[in-house]
Amino acid sequence: MLDVLRLRDDEPTDEPAVTLDSFLDQSNASSVRIEAGDDVRRLLPALDRVRLVEIDFPKLRDGRGFSSARILREAGYKGEIKAIGDVLVDLIFFMQRCGFDSFAPNKPFDPEDAQNALNRYPYVYQDAADGRVPIWKLRHG
Amino acid sequence: MYRYDNYDQAMIDARVAEFRDQTRRRIEGKLTDDQFKPLRLKNGLYLQLHAYMLRVAIPYGTLNSRQMHKLADIARKYDRSYGHITTRQNIQYNWIKLEEAPDLLAELATVEMHGIQTSGESIRNVSADQYAGAAADEIMDPRPWAELIRQMTNFMPEFSYLPRKFKIAVIASDQDRTALRWHDAAVKIVRNAAGETGFEVYAGGGMGRTPFLSFRIRDFLPAGQFFSYLQAILRVWNMHARRDNIHKQRMKILVHELGEEEFRRQVEEEFLHFETLGEDFPQAEYDRIAAYFAPPPFETGLSEEIDRSDPDFALWVDRQTVAHKAPGYAIVNISLKPIGGIPGDISADQMDIVADLAERYSFDDLRATHAQNLVLPHVRKSDLYAVWKALDEAGLGAANLDTVTDIIACPGLDYCSLANARSIPVAEKISERFAGRETELGELKIKISGCINACGHHHAGHIGILGVDRKGTENYQLLLGGSGAEDASAAKITGPGFDEAGVVDALEKATDVYLAQRQEGERFLDTYRRIGMEPFKEAIYA
Repeated sequence: MLDVLRLRDDEPTDEPAVTLDSFLDQSNASSVRIEAGDDVRRLLPALDRVRLVEIDFPKLRDGRGFSSARILREAGYKGEIKAIGDVLVDLIFFMQRCGFDSFAPNKPFDPEDAQNALNRYPYVYQDAADGRVPIWKLRHG
Repeated sequence: MYRYDNYDQAMIDARVAEFRDQTRRRIEGKLTDDQFKPLRLKNGLYLQLHAYMLRVAIPYGTLNSRQMHKLADIARKYDRSYGHITTRQNIQYNWIKLEEAPDLLAELATVEMHGIQTSGESIRNVSADQYAGAAADEIMDPRPWAELIRQMTNFMPEFSYLPRKFKIAVIASDQDRTALRWHDAAVKIVRNAAGETGFEVYAGGGMGRTPFLSFRIRDFLPAGQFFSYLQAILRVWNMHARRDNIHKQRMKILVHELGEEEFRRQVEEEFLHFETLGEDFPQAEYDRIAAYFAPPPFETGLSEEIDRSDPDFALWVDRQTVAHKAPGYAIVNISLKPIGGIPGDISADQMDIVADLAERYSFDDLRATHAQNLVLPHVRKSDLYAVWKALDEAGLGAANLDTVTDIIACPGLDYCSLANARSIPVAEKISERFAGRETELGELKIKISGCINACGHHHAGHIGILGVDRKGTENYQLLLGGSGAEDASAAKITGPGFDEAGVVDALEKATDVYLAQRQEGERFLDTYRRIGMEPFKEAIYA
């Protein structure tokens, strides 16, 4: 079983993530945790020192973290975005599309389920943060 | 109508495979019920009182005969040989077995249909004017935009778990047949002075326990920017909605709490940001889709004459047909409201008959309406008699569109696990009580919900009925003065509720007030708006 699923090649940081407020107060931290309800845009001025953003899903049905991840990627953030908390393997395809590239779920993933989920959809209808080409672009070259 | 290409088909085939895998994992115990529930809801599968219910999307209410025949086959094979047309132009089956649901969805996929995002906290199946492409009063066919919105909103990654459901409607006429302003977001397609196509955009409507009509957030949005604008609306809501109380998470509540101006300001700011990302769907994609909705080859030189010598037929023509944009054609409304019947229910055999009629007489085009009826959009006037005969023989010949017996009702406590009271028996009793008085009472829209969730649109009824649970017994509140049309308004409650027989009596007293007080040409709603609630209350609670 997978406690952590990581889709990046670089070395993971071992610095523990701190809350957004603590992160903004400390000039030397590089790992930050975004709780549901945090305004992730407060982090944007400090993005150049961030290596890891953990985004917490307190419950399965709280989808705010999807927007938080996409906002970070839209702002040009290239570091790691890790989904933590109540993360269901069935959602990781859409999470990856929003810019998540690692997952540390409360309940470990079955590796086969994770592979199935990541490869489930052959195409996408919309642009997102993953660079996949949407169907309308494939249709029109 | 639209046809899937290999991309669209691959997407729904993948969805079926995903759901088959999820169902297997649920049955094997790898997924808990709490984990499985949102996954099955996103595929239209509810757990009701007696069985699973599957809601099948009918995108913008448009079907062809092949699809309708498949819906009939499915009704026979997986259900009890009937289905129920819903207030979102969808169809639902009431007696589904979980282990058979993946096979059912696989069969649907063979006719380009699915249950994707027909329930759960997602962007629901987009609704549109059921007369699209036929209405004499439309500026263009709204369905190409509706199909484009389907592609924008299916599997939208950022909005995988919205705070609540989100409903979109599209129209292109001044007359509104979709309950536009009761949607979370809606567009009315318009042209500006320069002849450019754009949208009047509405946001923040919804029924449920706290009814709000939407407000116009944009007077004119260039149509090609809609994807950015929709993403902006959704992101503002997704980021800022409450998450602590499921009853306060619809977008209408956020709009109400922020105020229209502040909500608009935030959306416009987010929109400017999205516009920089270059994600809008191009004109070429609109053009590709629009080609599928080219008008059918209408014949010219057809007669406008209708032989009205059969009085039953003449009544049906007057009641059920509507002006068509092409000379010699009519729009035919098929009533799914036989006297004493269950509103919106249709048997598998009736589905097959209607499918055959659509193929033979209406360019293979069929529509579902939010009022739980069906439409043959393009029928030659010279064929109306044959169509009526066939419908009448099939038990589909009722002539009651928009009248007292054309009742909207949710499934209620006969099926629904959320309901507090039964809706269907109330609808049946009203239908039986008022049968034959349709002409006398004129346009009168009665809408019945079996709980506060308002699936039966009671807030939008000229007369609404809301079933509640009062100390363990079913109790029905009466509401007056709502509308889901272009003159939209929220109905107001008359006062204390009634038992089942009492609410039918109260409704009759309300119609008596109308008959006594109406002025020339007034509908029930017009009289109510002129004289107010008091005369009705006096009569009802005398």
